[in-house]
Amino acid sequence: MLNNIYNIFFIPEIFLACSSFVCLLFGLFLKKNAFRQTSNLAVFVLLLTILLVYNDSESNFANYKSLFSHSSFINFFKILALLGSIASIIISKDYFLGIKLKNFEIPVLFLFSTLGMMLMIASNNLMSMYLAIELQSLSLYVAAAIKRDSISSAESGVKYFILGALSSGILLYGFSLIYGFSGSMNFDDISFYLSKYDNLNLGLIFGLVFVMVGLAFKVSAVPFHMWTPDVYEGAPNSITGFFAIVPKIAAVALIYRFCLVPFENFYLEWSQIILFLSIASMFLGAIAAIAQSNIKRLLAYSSIGHIGYILIALVAANDDGIKAASIYMFSYMIMNVAIFAILLSLKVKNEYLINISDLKGLSKSNPIVSLSISIIMLSMAGIPPFIGFFGKFYVFIAAIEQELYVLSVLGVLASVISAFYYLRIIKIMYFDESKSEGIINFKISFQSKIILFLSLFLIICFIFYPSLLINISASLTI
Amino acid sequence: MIDWPLVSVIIFLPLIGALIILFIKEDELTSINIKWAALLTTLGTFILSLILWLQFDYSNPSYQYEEKFRWFDDFNFFYHVGVDGISLFMILLSTFLTPLCILASWNNIKKRVKEYMLSFLFLETVMIGMFASIDILLFYIFFEAVLIPMYLIIGIWGGNRRIYASFKFFLYTLLGSVLMLIAIIVMYRNTSSMSIEFLQGNYFSYNTQLFLWLAFFASFAVKIPMWPFHTWLPDAHVEAPTAGSVILAGVLLKMGGYGFIRFSLGMLPEATEFFIPLIMTLSIVAIVYTSLVALAQTDIKKLIAYSSVAHMGIVTIGIFLVNQQGLEGAMMQMISHGLVSAALFLCVGVIYDRMHTREIEFYGGLVQRMPLYATVFMIFMLGSVGLPGTSGFIGEFLVIVGAFKVSSYVVIGAAFGIILSAIYMLYLYKRIIFGTITNNKLADILDINTREKIILIPLAISVILLGIFPNLFLDPMRLSLELIITNYEIANAK
Repeated sequence: MLNNIYNIFFIPEIFLACSSFVCLLFGLFLKKNAFRQTSNLAVFVLLLTILLVYNDSESNFANYKSLFSHSSFINFFKILALLGSIASIIISKDYFLGIKLKNFEIPVLFLFSTLGMMLMIASNNLMSMYLAIELQSLSLYVAAAIKRDSISSAESGVKYFILGALSSGILLYGFSLIYGFSGSMNFDDISFYLSKYDNLNLGLIFGLVFVMVGLAFKVSAVPFHMWTPDVYEGAPNSITGFFAIVPKIAAVALIYRFCLVPFENFYLEWSQIILFLSIASMFLGAIAAIAQSNIKRLLAYSSIGHIGYILIALVAANDDGIKAASIYMFSYMIMNVAIFAILLSLKVKNEYLINISDLKGLSKSNPIVSLSISIIMLSMAGIPPFIGFFGKFYVFIAAIEQELYVLSVLGVLASVISAFYYLRIIKIMYFDESKSEGIINFKISFQSKIILFLSLFLIICFIFYPSLLINISASLTI
Repeated sequence: MIDWPLVSVIIFLPLIGALIILFIKEDELTSINIKWAALLTTLGTFILSLILWLQFDYSNPSYQYEEKFRWFDDFNFFYHVGVDGISLFMILLSTFLTPLCILASWNNIKKRVKEYMLSFLFLETVMIGMFASIDILLFYIFFEAVLIPMYLIIGIWGGNRRIYASFKFFLYTLLGSVLMLIAIIVMYRNTSSMSIEFLQGNYFSYNTQLFLWLAFFASFAVKIPMWPFHTWLPDAHVEAPTAGSVILAGVLLKMGGYGFIRFSLGMLPEATEFFIPLIMTLSIVAIVYTSLVALAQTDIKKLIAYSSVAHMGIVTIGIFLVNQQGLEGAMMQMISHGLVSAALFLCVGVIYDRMHTREIEFYGGLVQRMPLYATVFMIFMLGSVGLPGTSGFIGEFLVIVGAFKVSSYVVIGAAFGIILSAIYMLYLYKRIIFGTITNNKLADILDINTREKIILIPLAISVILLGIFPNLFLDPMRLSLELIITNYEIANAK
């Protein structure tokens, strides 16, 4: 109950929105070290927001019921997104200072985009969903183009913006069709309205397809993935890290909620689309990554592949599926945090690492770093005993529970293909003889080291105490 | 009985050793410490595993030394390990061969000693863990984790085409094993149990069994390997360093046979009955074909690699005869092959270390310079051929006896293969060892030194021990195998 007006500031989203403005002003009036101080403040703000989300009770949302929803699933993904953005702000700080990109707007943009993501995850209404997506995307468009004097950064920003705007247009058109044919924008109302019918009419099917296309763009599922490698490649590495880690979490949560709340009774209609997206993403992600020589493009395709697996769990559409998605998303997040924490600290001849072949000889000069990369790669490939395996394992449990045998077999086959390029990185580090030694240098700040250490710890040690994460994810309701 | 968790200690002792090694800084002087640490750990593991054998209760067909902890809260996945007659000797084989591998790499591994020993110790942990698991998912985790150290061993310390070989090994075996993961999940979904012990029986409908069987077949047939899924093996063997080949031939191939006994026979009896003709055909083709291929090889290691495929053909025949003699023969053949082929690879390693080539053409007349070497090589060669008095004979003999009960065609195929194996092994031996030294480079080759004696003599003794006192090994496994056969017959009698 909002019996006290001050309580409104303890709603996580409102708190985050206000604090983001404070951060902006703080950065604006700070004379020196603006970037560093603002980043620190942003991390602090996000930590407080996590606390608020954790303690968030349903009553706070009473007034927003028609726009936003509240559930354990939503809270889990919100916390995941917040953790992801904390991690990516911390690991990218030194990188930005290293390339002399000290705009204090960057952490503020991250904050706004995180706010957009929290709203996206929670949205229970087509209108709020659209606005949240736009808030999130606009911040990211700017972030991608933040390195103004670099052509590739500007190009990636513009590319992202144009394709993003197109997909938003399609999404909006889908919304309007759904609204027109169901008469409501609220998820629950749409669901209630649709429950009276056995099958969807043509307008709603069109609306559903359009929305799916728009959402597929946001999660970068094949065939709407084209922007991902280009944007990943063009944007500064740390922005790429943010792209890889955080927005996917929100978009996945959104696509889950959109399929399972308003259209829960029309499984057949949307599952066909998701099924195709899933298979196509897994295979394209696996096959296209093989030929990449740029580590960022490779990680882009790898993330496309991972999205394919998460969508398998969506096709399963059962409680196990939700559980699998949250475990998979968690493992995806920490694996990406770990790999980007390393990539953002690796310099080859005083340039930040871009080409995979530059990793050559890393195992000699930095054995611990190369061991860490190998563990992350094996985990991404889904080799036990690392956490990536359990993510996939739960996805397949969910799929088989729903008797999706063919999909599961295709999934494991794609994982074998994708193992190839993950192994290739290990091969380059360990098997290839390097002639020039000592050109790679690894310098990592204390804070990033903690993040890296924590994420590696989770990757390796998940197997020893899995129950914590699993019990949380098993209790989630959509 | 022992009241402390013996099996877990055996599984994780090498890992603890690996952790200790991780903190030894590697340089010229300390690499010897790393080697000693690895050797002592593996020896300790071996001694502990001997306790396992000494305390083993022969009259108990099911698992002993069981340890069971709940692991995952949301489904029935336990940390559940134990040993029965079937896994006992597989574990012993692993713990016996690993110290020998460490010794065999004492001098010839010069770069990255630390990583090498870490890989081997990790490999030992996962191998033992795999054989000791009573939970399918635990089994699977260990089964796949084997790929990681093996990939590194082949890829970092291997020969010229090591990268190709390591990728082929990894992807080939991964492709097989991921299908097993699906099968495991399907099994769990049908029975809500992951216990290997519980699933020994006949719980699945006929059609489900057929699919599950094929999924398991995919992973074990690649692993064992059966013709035509064997092509990764010669590459991996030839490119791997000596110790890598030893473990590959000595233990990793047995994972396939072990899996067939436990999963195919134990859990999917009706499907096994259906697929027996397929297995028999593939096995006979494997025996004859790979023996002929072995005959044509010019590389010693490759020849032994192909002979492994042929010997594994005997094993699969023995397993799928599903009678007492056949299964006992298969188990004996696996143990024997584990010792003999490991020893043969070590023998090849001995001359490779000296001459850095494995071409058969290069050698000849080694008996003139290396009489001791010629003797031990002969023991292993005869063991591989299956001469009475050596371990190879027991396995082949039992399999053939068992096969007579089932089909004389199988006997003809198997016997033909055994004759061929005599041909290629004796021919190999003649070319390398006998005659006069024709190659000048061999003029001052040295005979085996003390370290090599320490490696080869225990192997020679155990090959002969196995041949003369087979009951020492057959008694502990007899009841466990009988249990599987009984289950199988009950299931198929319906």
